[in-house]
Amino acid sequence: MAQQLNRLRESASQTAGPYVHIGCVPSFAGLQGMYDGIDLGRDMVNDSAKGRRISLRGCVIDGTGARLRDAMVEIWQADHSGYFNSPSETRGDADPNFTGWGRSATAASTGEFRFHTIKPGRVPRPDGRLQAPYIHFWIVARGINLGLHTRMYFPDEIEANSEDPVLQGLEHSHRAETLVASLQDGEYVFDIRLQGQRETVFFDV
Amino acid sequence: MASRKNSPANGAFFARDTSWHPPAYTPRYKSTVARSPKLALVSLSNSPGELTGPAFGHEILGDSDNDLVHNYARPGASAIGERIVVQGRVLDERGVGIDGVLLEFWQANAGGRYRHAKDGYLAPLDPNFGGCGRTITSDDGSYELLTVKPGPYPWPNGPNDWRPSHIHFSVFGRGFAQRLVTQMYFQGDPLIPLCPIVATIPSREAVDGLVAALDMSNTIPMDAICYKFDIVLRGRRSTMFENRLEGN
Repeated sequence: MAQQLNRLRESASQTAGPYVHIGCVPSFAGLQGMYDGIDLGRDMVNDSAKGRRISLRGCVIDGTGARLRDAMVEIWQADHSGYFNSPSETRGDADPNFTGWGRSATAASTGEFRFHTIKPGRVPRPDGRLQAPYIHFWIVARGINLGLHTRMYFPDEIEANSEDPVLQGLEHSHRAETLVASLQDGEYVFDIRLQGQRETVFFDV
Repeated sequence: MASRKNSPANGAFFARDTSWHPPAYTPRYKSTVARSPKLALVSLSNSPGELTGPAFGHEILGDSDNDLVHNYARPGASAIGERIVVQGRVLDERGVGIDGVLLEFWQANAGGRYRHAKDGYLAPLDPNFGGCGRTITSDDGSYELLTVKPGPYPWPNGPNDWRPSHIHFSVFGRGFAQRLVTQMYFQGDPLIPLCPIVATIPSREAVDGLVAALDMSNTIPMDAICYKFDIVLRGRRSTMFENRLEGN
């Protein structure tokens, strides 16, 4: 016999269900006056935030080609210089005027999520190799049993993308394109495909 | 953003045991069929983006954010239903309490009806119940909320499927890799073993981890029954030898 590790097990995930908006974006869900009418994660930047303002939008698309109209999408990203606004950030101080975290429901009418944020700086892997600028996405919805993690890369960062250790490390290299947004009318567009020929790469982080 | 007190470890997160969680494709829960990725997840070792996460300070909280009996009610009124207190701690897999964790919860009212445009169940809305609340864990990872016990309700899946009474929880840890959404069930509910969503979880042991226990010791006499519900997030490695370059 050896000593016991005495570890607990992570609580099992359950779907966020079709009513996730009540708890996470109550004003969007029509609960007037909850939390002073401000849904958490709506505002990522203030007027003093440093860096280039960008807008991004997209849809989450199921295996039949339909847009999810009841999903919730969160993003987490570095500031303009590559630091995260988090007590867990040990490398340096992030811009206090940029939260780095955003949350958006997909609209019932269009199925679109939308974020107003800034272009992130580059962040190193633990081995020191620099990653291309990217935005971490996390998707929950009815029918998704465990929240899905993926990444959005930028179409105008061809050189950085070509040396990104995550994009270049994919076994199926042709799938890297599922992680690169397109640029349409000045907005980045990132569609997430849950299934099908162009299924988005999802990560076990 | 808030500062943190307990810092049990700063290494990478323990790998997630995906065989413990529900798989993506669980056809008895029909909504997963077209919404489940078919290809394998790509493993990604933790970098700063996974090790860090947003933090939320107590200043965002209103006085009654964790009191669902009153936070949507008219002045002087309260929600209809069995009054319950839910108490517990957010722990990591080492058993260490995590402070500063934002918990958001949502639930149906006592009749099993959600305050949502898409819920058309026969049971009436309660004008004094919104079904939405939040709190932040204190120094030892503990939290509590006051609410009414949510009712079970039928849902369109099989011809006669009913959800057991449950409260949804959204949980932020220290790092975005710990992000978790789950549901709390109630001890003794006969609908738990019949529910296709509960049944997405592979093991009985993992289901038991989501069932809150009746806690008579913390029940407030003549007021509210207490249920105890702890939440466990991924642990972190603590070795100082993590990814040290050879020769250094």
